[in-house]
Amino acid sequence: MDFKGFDHPGSPVGDGTRSVKVMIAGGFGTGKTTMVRSVSDIKPLTTEETLTQASAGVDHLIGVTDKTETTVSLDFGKIGINDELVLYLFGTPGQERFWFLWNGLFKGALGAVVLVDTRRLASSFRAIEEMERQDVPFVIALNVFPDSPQHPLDEIRDALDIPPDIPIVACDARDRSSSRDVLVALIRHLKDRSAVVALEPR
Amino acid sequence: MSAPRRPTDPSGLERYYVLTGGRSGPGGSASSLDVATLIVSRTAPVPGMQHEHEEILRRCREPLSVAELGAHLGLPFNILAVLLADLLEADRVEARDPIPAHDAGRGPDLALLEEVLSGLQRL
Repeated sequence: MDFKGFDHPGSPVGDGTRSVKVMIAGGFGTGKTTMVRSVSDIKPLTTEETLTQASAGVDHLIGVTDKTETTVSLDFGKIGINDELVLYLFGTPGQERFWFLWNGLFKGALGAVVLVDTRRLASSFRAIEEMERQDVPFVIALNVFPDSPQHPLDEIRDALDIPPDIPIVACDARDRSSSRDVLVALIRHLKDRSAVVALEPR
Repeated sequence: MSAPRRPTDPSGLERYYVLTGGRSGPGGSASSLDVATLIVSRTAPVPGMQHEHEEILRRCREPLSVAELGAHLGLPFNILAVLLADLLEADRVEARDPIPAHDAGRGPDLALLEEVLSGLQRL
């Protein structure tokens, strides 16, 4: 059998290819899957985790007393950054109560985008809390729906209790370049943050 | 009586039990696998291999993430991780973990962020 890789000139994956991951979080129906879909180079896919043993070592299982198998889905897409680097985008599962079961879901991620529907700010509170708790750097992306009310950014920042150093950007998750701009905002934020961290003595 | 199921039939837990030989989770080097970990084949499939192992080797001639493999093979993460553990142990595949934003103690990697940024800006 010929064991050469497929010969794809200009293929985004080379021999020394590495990956980075970015999480797309947010409340139910805020457009996570839409964003993954709009910006991905590939047709977005879904991967599944069957959760049983994942609860080992987790004590706060209030209300989750039975040990039945639970399947949690994760939509994801990818962007070829260059010949040697691929960015994977993972939309977090809609049922936020399962996040803690995703061992290492956010571990190793560069950062996260938290999508917010300004008509239902509260639906993303939990996602924001989770980013803060897990110490995942993030930006807020307001997914603007046609009937979204026009709130000044300051009001939204106050309502969501977001510190001034965390960027809030508006976007249309259905639009590729708009979603791309959100990712750009996230990476810029990570750079700024890195610069600050680098200045502070440990 | 119905015909016996082929091992590739999607018959849920029974199928997973057969695929993994009853193991519920990976051990050793595969326990750190991430959904974004890239898997790259080191060898070609050999005759007599478990079908799923063969399929993994075939699909990973070019680096492919664990998440993509799972989606293509229709296997949940933890089942796939068991299969990958076998291949890692036999040195038939290589696993490349995603590059974290900053490795512990080594400080943030501005060069990496710069690389991602310029890639995104070309989209």
